[in-house]
This record gives sequence, C-alpha cells and structure tokens, in this order.
Amino acid sequence: MIVETQSVRFDSLPLDCGARLAPVDVAYETYGNLNSARSNAILILHALTGDAHAAGISHDDGKPGWWGNMIGPGKAFDTDRYFVICSNVLGGCRGTTGPASVNPETGCPYAMSFPVITIGDMVRLQVKLIDHLGIERLLAVSGGSMGGMQTLEWAAHWPERVIAAIPIATTARHSAQQIAFNEVGRQAIMADPDWNEGNYYASKPPARGLAVARMVGHITYMSDESMREKFGRRLRDKEKYGYDFSIDFEVESYLRYRGSQFVNRFDANSYLYITKAMDYFDLANGARSLGDAFPKNAPRVLAISFTSDWLYPSYQLIEVVEALRSRNHDVAYVELASNYGHDAFLVDIGEQTEVIRGFLANTYSRL
Amino acid sequence: MTTTAGAARHFVRELLGRSDYAIISDLVEPDSRVLDLGCGEGELLEWLAANRSVEGRGIEIDGRKVQRAIARGISVYQGDIDQGLSGYPDDSFDYVILSQTLQETRRPLEVLREMLRVGRRAIVAFPNYGHWAMRVSALFTGRAPRSKCFPYEWYESPNIHFLTVKDFEVLADNQGWTVERKIFLSGHNAVRALANLRAEVAVYLVRR
Repeated sequence: MIVETQSVRFDSLPLDCGARLAPVDVAYETYGNLNSARSNAILILHALTGDAHAAGISHDDGKPGWWGNMIGPGKAFDTDRYFVICSNVLGGCRGTTGPASVNPETGCPYAMSFPVITIGDMVRLQVKLIDHLGIERLLAVSGGSMGGMQTLEWAAHWPERVIAAIPIATTARHSAQQIAFNEVGRQAIMADPDWNEGNYYASKPPARGLAVARMVGHITYMSDESMREKFGRRLRDKEKYGYDFSIDFEVESYLRYRGSQFVNRFDANSYLYITKAMDYFDLANGARSLGDAFPKNAPRVLAISFTSDWLYPSYQLIEVVEALRSRNHDVAYVELASNYGHDAFLVDIGEQTEVIRGFLANTYSRL
Repeated sequence: MTTTAGAARHFVRELLGRSDYAIISDLVEPDSRVLDLGCGEGELLEWLAANRSVEGRGIEIDGRKVQRAIARGISVYQGDIDQGLSGYPDDSFDYVILSQTLQETRRPLEVLREMLRVGRRAIVAFPNYGHWAMRVSALFTGRAPRSKCFPYEWYESPNIHFLTVKDFEVLADNQGWTVERKIFLSGHNAVRALANLRAEVAVYLVRR
C-alpha cells in the first residue's frame, strides 16, 4: 500500500491562548475507502513525535507508517472495512503548521513567536479536517500516549462527532513525574547554545540538546525488563571497559544512535511546544470533576493500558474509566500484559489488535 | 432456542452449557440494564444482548477473559468485584448478576449490599454447601467435604465463604431483602422440597 501525504489549508484557527493562527496547513493521509453512508471513518491520533504517516509505505521515502502493524487490510484498524485518517498535529514539523513554518506576516519562521498551543487546539484543527473530508460523525478516534489525550479530548468535547473512543496508554492529566521528564527534555534543548532562543532555522539546529531530549524520552518509553532483555550490560564492540568516555555499553550506543537519528526528522521548537501542550492538558479543567468533564452523550469508550508502562501507569487511565462509570457511560477497560513499557502500544500489538478489532466490529454493527 | 422452562418444570434446560444461566436468562426482563459480576468471557451478556435486547456490562478480574469479552463486543471492566462496584451510582442497573462467585468474594455481605445499591434487583446463584453429599462427605471422611459442586482440595479451593440455602434465607431476612423468586437445582432437575438438603445450586432473585 503506497501512500502519499496530502495537505489542506484553512484560513484560520482560534487558539485556547487567545491568539489566532492564519493560515493553517494540515498534513494528512487516508487509508481504505469511505463508504457511501460516510459512517466508517476512523481518526488515528499520533503521539509526541509521530506524524501523518501512520500506515502503508510512503511514496516519498519508502518508509512504513508508525502504526503500520495496527492499520491495514485485516489489521486492528482494518482498511478493508474502515476509512482511516491520520494527520500531523498542530505545532508539528511534518507538514502541519508549527514553529518551523513561515509566519506570513514576517516572511520568517515563527520560531518562538509561535503561539503556545494546547491539545484542545490540536483537536479543533482535526475537526476542521474532518469537516473538510465531509464526515459528519467518526466511527472512532484512537491513539496512544499524547494520541490518547487527543482521543479523550474528542470524547469530552466533540461527542456529537464521534461514536467510539479508544484511548491507549494515556492520562487525563500529566503527573508531576511526567511534567518533570518533559521539562528535562525542554531544558536539554534550551541549554544547547545552538538553540539560540529558538532562532536557528538559518544556521544549525540544537542537535545535541534535541538528541539528549530524545534519549531521556526513550528511557521512559521502555521498561526496566525490556532494557535488560535488549541490552543488559553488554559492551559495544569491545571485550573490556575502555576506561574513557567513549561508548562502552550497548545501551549507550542505542540511545546515542536514536538521539542522532531523531534530529534529522524533528524540529527542536516543535518538541518544546508539543511537550508543553501535553503538560497543560487537564481534561477536568473547568469541570467540577473528571466525571463532569464528559457530557451525557459521550461516545462509548474502550480504554487500554499496559502492565509495564511506568510512564503512563494504569492508575491514570483507571481514573478516567472510573469517572466514566460514575456517570453510567458505556466503558470497557483492560490492562494488557506486556514487558515493553510505554512502547507496548506500538510494538506489542497482538492482544491489543484482538480487543480493538472486536470492539470496532461491535460498534460498527450497532449503527 | 428452547422454550422458557419456568421454575415449576422438573427438568431445567441448559444455556451455554450451564443450567444456572438458563434460569438467569428467564429471570431477566427484556430491554433491561444488566451488570454481570465475574462475567468471564461475557457469554451470558452476549446471549442476553442478542436474545433479550439487554444492555449489558461486566466486571472480570482475569485479563485474558476481559480481552475475549471485549473482543466479542461486551463492555467489560477489568477489576475486582470486592471493590469494583463503588464507582457506579445508585440504581444504575435493573439487575446485577452474581453467578457462582459469592462464595469466592472476600466480603460477601458487602458485595450483596453493593449489588442491591447499584441494581434494583440482584440475581445470586451459588452452590449449596448444605447439600446432602457435602454433609455425608464431612461425616464419613472426616475431611473437608468435597462434592460435584465443591470439587477442590481445601488448599486449592477458590471458595472462602461457604453458605447454604438456609444461610442465605436467614441473611435475606436479617437484611430485610425481599426474595421475589428462588429456584433450586440438582443437576438438571428442579428441586421443590427439602431444598437445603437436595439443591446443588440455588438461584435467588432479590430486591431491596
């Protein structure tokens, strides 16, 4: 399945911070076919560093999508049955307007003059995309991590536009620990002299800072057990310690490699803005309780967490599930067993597939 | 589908391989809201949804079973019955079902009270510890009694609170619950007299 990223421009988008972005481009991909009743559309929402290329093989670079194991013919999000959409988030750097985009008023990249955005803003832009595609009501929205936050935002604030929501490995609000890890990433970027207050687009980007941010991120996405299995204390291309600060351990090599690769595909300012949006997200904000955050006509929910995910521990999603139950909403919850930590929703997909496939088929059959 | 048997018939049909399911399915009014505690893979809820237009929810502790239940389209919450009901508001359901699990709960009275808080009615099916085979087993072997309904060695039994038909009646009376229906089973036979001695399984429909 060769896919091409498409793009659509909207005149403007009002933001939670009070500012208005104009114009706004959205990069998106679609897989499968929209049925004549327009009732089989599923919107997939990506995590912090994801993009619109969720499935299939990219026409541009031949790479598979970030959730290619979940989206496709016969897969959990079965493109033989459903019309699947994925777009790059607002503030991103993969085709949707973000800090690296050119500000039409100045002719220069926004950099740090880009307004601070929220998960709510990201979803508001996705609603515009769905309008543009002529879809009145989505069959489902789903995503893991930050994609799960957007999923919950859809469920709480756009209930008339979506029938089912599948939040995975996520939370209704970041804990101090989650904010802390994001802040380390941001500080690593801002401490890099090449960051230059965000004005690096004409020179070299803060590659070292961004790489460190990515390294920290990767540690939080894995589990103690998966790191032990993958690396242990194995040495990299040597029999003995080097007694210097070159690479000794396999895990060091892996993190450095991942860090350096990341710099090639991700904008440091986008990292700042998007992590900030995650930290600001609080679904209960403005409501008396998390239960009150969901309207009466909230979509049915399937919530999935993973046993070894210590970055988004199960209790956070259970809180959401409890809130839904306290209002008698239709909610299913399962904690899947996995050793892969937070990465499980991307890599350990056997049981996740079975659960989502059945839930979607049942939801679709009730239409 | 077999016709509705009714409790008065001598032979009780099976549903999904279980006679208690057959009785429960007769007790549940169509188009009602049902919560099944310890719902396993959601077989009963699926049947009730398809045949009684019931809106069903389940609670199950075993993750593998929860996965299979969700995969068949049942909204199941992975959690513990002993704590799992507190999240629901009062009168959320028309029926709360507890089938063959009461004797496995840590605080059975709390569970029953919670069932009658979140549900207007409770359907409780349990194996009768007072069955003659248990009494005979205890009397003649001098060991922890075992029977068809209580097949486990004492050290591997999931059952931690044993009750008889009489025990349940006394409790319902103490608590002021109204027993609307009671059905007693021995294999596939309905038991109509000497239930505490002859019933292997008892099914009660109770309301506050």
